[in-house]
Amino acid sequence: MQTAPEFLRNYDFLSERETGDCPSVLCPADRVIEFVKELRDVHGYDMLVDLTAVDWDKESPRFMVICHFLSSQKHLYLRVAVNCPEDESPEVPSLAEIFPAADWHERECFDMFGIRFKDHPNLKRILMWDDYPYYPLRKEFPLAGIETPLPSAEIAEVTGTKVKPAPMMGGPFVAPAEGHVSESEPRARDESWTEDEPKPAKKIPETKRQ
Amino acid sequence: MNRQKETLAYNSKVEGEVIVTRSDAVINWIRQNSVWPMPMGLACCAIELMASAASKFDISRFGMEVMRFSPRQADCMIVAGTVTYKMAEVVRRIYDQMPDPKWVVAMGACASTGGMYRSYAVLQGVDQVVPVDVYISGCPPRPEALLDAMRKLQKKIGQENSTKNLLSPRETTAV
Repeated sequence: MQTAPEFLRNYDFLSERETGDCPSVLCPADRVIEFVKELRDVHGYDMLVDLTAVDWDKESPRFMVICHFLSSQKHLYLRVAVNCPEDESPEVPSLAEIFPAADWHERECFDMFGIRFKDHPNLKRILMWDDYPYYPLRKEFPLAGIETPLPSAEIAEVTGTKVKPAPMMGGPFVAPAEGHVSESEPRARDESWTEDEPKPAKKIPETKRQ
Repeated sequence: MNRQKETLAYNSKVEGEVIVTRSDAVINWIRQNSVWPMPMGLACCAIELMASAASKFDISRFGMEVMRFSPRQADCMIVAGTVTYKMAEVVRRIYDQMPDPKWVVAMGACASTGGMYRSYAVLQGVDQVVPVDVYISGCPPRPEALLDAMRKLQKKIGQENSTKNLLSPRETTAV
């Protein structure tokens, strides 16, 4: 584990976060532009390696944007976490002006979590289609999906197909690592239930609280 | 013995320059030996598809080496890989641009049923948007499996009522 660099003490709005690898700080959303600019210009963190988000489900603040910076001279990483002030319509400032690498990462965060990035040059969906009504990586969204119309109304009319929840019979589906190739089709680990026979209720052993 | 052979074989002196056969047999023979595939390579299955075209497996033994990247010049779409809902539209449009008669091969678990991608983003089987003639199991299938499927497709083409359907296009709406 790297020790946190000294210069971070000069920024009193930062608070240190628990970490297992590189130093990690929490930065308020309204100071993040100012801080990241200084990281790049003064402290030599010249590369944005990753930008992603976390949905903390029922906790508040619910959404947290996480950025990883690298100093290619000092070979140091720094993780900066930013909490979104609002839970209903989360919004944080965009870093795309400072690091162009943030552009597509922020679009992905917007696509998957619905976090809006203020002053982003082109904030639209990047993986799902533009009209898709949900944010799939939010905690309340089921892995199988929710029924919606196909992206193209014309194709939907010709084929009569919709976006349907994927069948999860006994899933998730994995390919067994062993055995002959012809036997190693992806299959469900738990095949005791199907779409016709519902999933048996989980038997939770009673434990005494100590 | 000799006489018997002559009566069975085609004899141009007796029959002239004419061969008598069923039109179905001729049309199907032509179609099944000149399948021009359109490689709809979307994931790792496409790598096996490429391997089956290369020298070791050599799909040209069955008259299918003419991979056409324009749907207008192809008559068999090989859907090799995971079809997402966003891509389903493209697959259908490319299928619509292929001239009749046309066939579709769903190569691998993903194209056939969605495979291991039971998720919100993946179409659960390409047969929801295009009519599929042959499904290939495997994740990904070996090139031999693809060759076997293409031979099966040839057999299927050989059984079609081509003459009857010559003027009425095949049913192209997916079930």
